[in-house]
Amino acid sequence: MITLKNVKKVFHTKDGVVNAVDGVNLTINKGEIFGVIGYSGAGKSTLIRMLNMLEKPTDGSVDINGESLTSFNNKQLRIARQNIGMIFQHFNLLWSRTVRENISFPLEISGINKKERIKRVDELIDLVGLSGRGDSYPSQLSGGQKQRVGIARSLANNPDVLLCDEATSALDPKTTDSILNLLVDINKKLGLTIVLITHEMHVIRKICNRVAVMEEGRVVEEGPVLEVFRTPKRTITQDFVKQVTEPEETEETIQHLIQKEGHSQIVKLTFVGGTAERPLISDLIRKFEVYVNILQGKISQTRDGAYGTLFIQIDGQPETVKEAIYHIQQQEVEVEVITNVGIGNTVS
Amino acid sequence: MLALATLFPNVDWEDMWEATLETLYMTGISVTATFLLGLILGLLLFLTERGNLWQNKPVQLIIAGFVNIFRSIPFIILIILLVPFTTLLVGTMLGANAALPALIIGAAPFYARMVEIALREIDKGVIEAAKSMGATDIQIIYKVLLPESLPALISGITVTAIALISYIAMAGVVGAGGLGTLAYLDGFQRYQNDVTFVSTVIILIIVFIIQWIGDFFTQKTDKR
Repeated sequence: MITLKNVKKVFHTKDGVVNAVDGVNLTINKGEIFGVIGYSGAGKSTLIRMLNMLEKPTDGSVDINGESLTSFNNKQLRIARQNIGMIFQHFNLLWSRTVRENISFPLEISGINKKERIKRVDELIDLVGLSGRGDSYPSQLSGGQKQRVGIARSLANNPDVLLCDEATSALDPKTTDSILNLLVDINKKLGLTIVLITHEMHVIRKICNRVAVMEEGRVVEEGPVLEVFRTPKRTITQDFVKQVTEPEETEETIQHLIQKEGHSQIVKLTFVGGTAERPLISDLIRKFEVYVNILQGKISQTRDGAYGTLFIQIDGQPETVKEAIYHIQQQEVEVEVITNVGIGNTVS
Repeated sequence: MLALATLFPNVDWEDMWEATLETLYMTGISVTATFLLGLILGLLLFLTERGNLWQNKPVQLIIAGFVNIFRSIPFIILIILLVPFTTLLVGTMLGANAALPALIIGAAPFYARMVEIALREIDKGVIEAAKSMGATDIQIIYKVLLPESLPALISGITVTAIALISYIAMAGVVGAGGLGTLAYLDGFQRYQNDVTFVSTVIILIIVFIIQWIGDFFTQKTDKR
């Protein structure tokens, strides 16, 4: 559906040459929600702008639906862009137009006649849940409502692809969730391919099928969301995963316990999919002579299954504790014995 | 009527009315032409700026130079400088029509800068959004740039129109006609202070009306 081959973008600034995007290869499948995560300055914003040529790549090729955007002239590009919707962090609505007129804007550009425009705008207003607000001006709407207008506007010309540029970063958590739900909804209803960039792992976790992690202009890790959650390879990915799985104070709590003397072991369990729903702890206590103290735990729901982490402290005879840990490993649960915060030794 | 005649003994109301119409005529034509010329210059200034749609340094420099020069020349000197040009264009250097070239050339650069400032205030993201929808440059100009800066364009032309009225009065001194000529020739040179006074009051009324109309439309179009 979307193929990026060795895409590069070089900016020449006063302070020298900046490789904003440095040789990115990606394939995004039809109908999936693909997330790109990275800190600010990682190049993700430039990357998503190259998908509709708002930024022209210095090198490499961008193909959408088998059409090579990089070889298009301006006129072809304008027509191609009508097929690629885009929504923005700051919504970018025209304040001089009402909701209805804003949604109508792309239809005017593509030359749809007035009668059909009115009909289509009504459908879109219903689709994004803004019935009754059609004649309001953007200044009269909340952030979430503005983004709904943005989404309606981006869908007006029935695009195949929707690009989301930090679409929820300016919204509060509750509104973020409602916008994410809307995106999933239209992804299912319209079979739309969605590419989004964000710095919040929460967004990736909630709606993405696959994710790419960007750092310094490169994609450093890529894969299905659940898999990246389970086995994050790079430090940056691990940090992002921690954003959603571990509350911030976890490290401190565990550090505190480790420093205490004793035979007890602190273990981090990682559950993926079905295993997240099994009563592992009671099983453990019944089978072994150990005390289990639950320190911290969290289960997150991704689109392809649950993902959870649990920090427990196991106390007992060293031999028994070892057996107990071995037993957990047999349950398709990943076990990490924590001896020092930040450096976990995986028992094998 | 009698009261007015005793209060302003030297005022010939018919002349006054005629002068008012002349001033209004010059105001109407010069404001319209200044609006159009200033809008085009302002748009070109904005569009040829770095990072904008028609980024073009040489063109930018030429327009900016033209605007800066004509904006800086004091109006009364500009009239004199433009005498050959006016004579060529209108055939005479006297009368309302002869005042128009200087008025427009003096005011359009002033308004062009205001247009440029108004356009710069537009959120770049909105222009980007329009591009992402496949809008042409022309569509971006008349569907995004102009509507989104409309309140500032209106308040700008209001300020310019009021400046033009003072230019028109100045032009009156060198024979353009209108209330300026009346106040200068009949009022000042013949020591008829009542004529000067009434001319001033009428000019003030015109200015207030323009300001009021301008404010009204600025507010009406501003949906922010």
